[in-house]
Amino acid sequence: MSDNYEPNIVAFLCNWCSYAGADLAGTSRMQYPANIQIIRVMCSGRVNPLFVMNALQQGADGVLISGCHIGDCHYMEGNFYARRRLGMLKELMEFIGVDSRRFHMSWVSASEGHKWKEVVEKTVEDAREAGPYEGFRRRRIDW
Amino acid sequence: MTEKPKVGVYVCHCGINISATVDVDAVAEFAKKLPNVNVARTYSYMCSDPGQSLIKNDIKELGLNRVVVASCSPRMHEPTFRKAIKEAGINPYFLEMANVREQCSWVHEEKEEATAKAKKLVAASVAKVRVLEPLEAKEVDAEPAALVIGAGIAGIQAALDIADAGFKVYLVEKTPSVGGRMAQLDKTFPTLDCSACILTPKMVDSANHPNIELLSYAEVEEIGGFIGNFDVKVRKKARYVDFEKCTGCGDCASACRVANRFPSEFDQGMGKRSAIYLPFPQAVPAKYTIDPDSCLFLTRGKCGKSPKCEEVCLANAINFEQEDEIVEFRVGAVIVATGFDAFDASRKPEFGYVDYPNVITGMEMERLVSSSGPTGGKVTINNGEEEIIPKEIAFIKCVGSRDKSIGNEYCSRVCCMYTAKQAHLLRDKIPDANIRVYYIDVRAFGKGFEEFYDRVRRENIRYIRGNPSEIFKRGNKLVVKVEDTLTSTPLEDEVDMVVLAVGLEPRADMRKMMDLLRLSQSPDRFFLEAHPKLRPVDTATDGVFLAGCCQGPKDIPDTVAQAKGAASSAMIPLARGKVIIGAQVANVDESTCRGCGFCVSICPYTAIELVAVNRMGHQVEVARVNEALCKGCGSCSPACLSDSIQPKSFRDRQILPQIAALGVMR
Repeated sequence: MSDNYEPNIVAFLCNWCSYAGADLAGTSRMQYPANIQIIRVMCSGRVNPLFVMNALQQGADGVLISGCHIGDCHYMEGNFYARRRLGMLKELMEFIGVDSRRFHMSWVSASEGHKWKEVVEKTVEDAREAGPYEGFRRRRIDW
Repeated sequence: MTEKPKVGVYVCHCGINISATVDVDAVAEFAKKLPNVNVARTYSYMCSDPGQSLIKNDIKELGLNRVVVASCSPRMHEPTFRKAIKEAGINPYFLEMANVREQCSWVHEEKEEATAKAKKLVAASVAKVRVLEPLEAKEVDAEPAALVIGAGIAGIQAALDIADAGFKVYLVEKTPSVGGRMAQLDKTFPTLDCSACILTPKMVDSANHPNIELLSYAEVEEIGGFIGNFDVKVRKKARYVDFEKCTGCGDCASACRVANRFPSEFDQGMGKRSAIYLPFPQAVPAKYTIDPDSCLFLTRGKCGKSPKCEEVCLANAINFEQEDEIVEFRVGAVIVATGFDAFDASRKPEFGYVDYPNVITGMEMERLVSSSGPTGGKVTINNGEEEIIPKEIAFIKCVGSRDKSIGNEYCSRVCCMYTAKQAHLLRDKIPDANIRVYYIDVRAFGKGFEEFYDRVRRENIRYIRGNPSEIFKRGNKLVVKVEDTLTSTPLEDEVDMVVLAVGLEPRADMRKMMDLLRLSQSPDRFFLEAHPKLRPVDTATDGVFLAGCCQGPKDIPDTVAQAKGAASSAMIPLARGKVIIGAQVANVDESTCRGCGFCVSICPYTAIELVAVNRMGHQVEVARVNEALCKGCGSCSPACLSDSIQPKSFRDRQILPQIAALGVMR
């Protein structure tokens, strides 16, 4: 691993809490690493576990999924599904030998800009420690 | 299939908000090389009229059919650009926004890094916009009625405005009477209008208005549905008094076997009430209520030979058999006006609120100076030994506000002024009293506030800058220990009475409202508005609005203004009679659906059902989405074994290209 290695993180954020929290971190001008790119989904329950595997295949070194706090889901139950599906995925990833530091789940509300910053810093730091992901890479597909 | 995508990419400078950290020209140059991109431009303010015209002209002249705007958060301007491209003749859902401001230029400092990230975000947006589908928003009928929760001044005002406009309003109040906190106040700053005089006419109107159905002593149990069509279930608690028969004469309260034994909630526990009571003489509706926790008959099943209230009531209104009643109705919009809790002064034990009877809160002071209060407006206080007229009086400000140690960092906005008002009222009632106010800062920001503060200071009321550390007893006096921070002098100030200017806190029971309406909290724990500046009465839930102190501390003029704002916003769907429901709903590919029903069991809105269809000569069951119920969360999709159910605009085949575009860094 070279010293200037920068991990590439793909994050899936729910529209109502975490995406708004990330926006708030912006309006509050909090600074965090640029390694993270956000894909907006309406609910963390939308995140298919396959998206996580797909991101790792496509060139991500780490994946973050963030939703509303448990019990606060805008769609009532979506983050429960996310928690269960992705919890299961995490176990599967460990089983097949993917470093679990590449995968994070968090619950960030629309008012928690500071928490979003902390989550990003932790995710990037963990992925940096885990090093470049060389597992199931896919060759570039032109969509 | 559809025509070949021709994408235009528009990168916004946002003044220098974006361009200071992101090389917008480099991003545009990069975008030009992305597949299907016909044109990429930058402009200083893309959301402005010339910026939008730029996009519209390109659509018309270059025949673009897809647009990517790289600017602020889609939560900010997605509706703006959807509208713009629709005006230029393309489907409004052929838009994708790359958030290069809130999530890029504002959170990164390194220009090189930020530019590289912006390029990737644009690439991801282009990848998605190419495979988006045209959608049509649908309109459904909106019920021309509103629900207002809480009948303090905010709720009353909102209800009256909506009712005056000709719509039906259900006004639900938890306590037996409308009026809320404002009814407890004596005079109102800075004009010293009598609170009751300006409030009671509105209270009466709220009960008598032909368009308002007042549900007092009632709580909202359930709210289902969505904007335009909320299905509401309200529990009207049993009063044990026949609402129609009760004349409000009050004979029952005087006759009650436990008359005047229980602390009156309205008088902040300083006065007493009976088990059957009217919260205060001007209560609306003027109907008595039996408190099930203090009534002998209801708690022990026995009240002498027979309950006294029953004996004396000439109208035969007492009914111990009465049960809670459930009322159900449908409304198009909801206004939450649930108010606040006054800070519990016992959480600052150093001020001795629990230990000394002559340490009182600002709310208690309101009742004490009020002519309708427990002492009839005569200010006397028990100093632990005897009832005296206090001559040495200290006010302490910011109790429970601007105090990180108890978790309330915010300013409660009303305490400076109500303290000034109470000091003024005490000066009137006890002309020879020595009155001082201990403060951190004086915030007299509103209309007429500074003038009033100045007037109060001229009435020989001393303002001493310092935050007291302790209050203790010495003889029959209280000692306020404090440092005068302007002269750096430690003081031990002996007084007869201390008034704690307690701040405003979010209601302890706000959780229930959050669960009912999917509301969020701000960092200060009050309800979160949709946008702090531009959507101050809206919430993240369409059709639900906020009014008054449930959204944050406010004085009466601000509360009334916000209530009127909430009322006018709530009336938009009611007046239109139609609401647009999201086009981004789930969609089933019936040719691949195997009818397992997993999605049916997952959907939180019961929007999916299995229906029988004929597929190539076979009778099979497939899932079908009720688009009026579906909210487009997409939770169903990952559960689908055949990837048949997909939320529109967030389909697998629309998200996967985004992932691919973001993954190409290394």
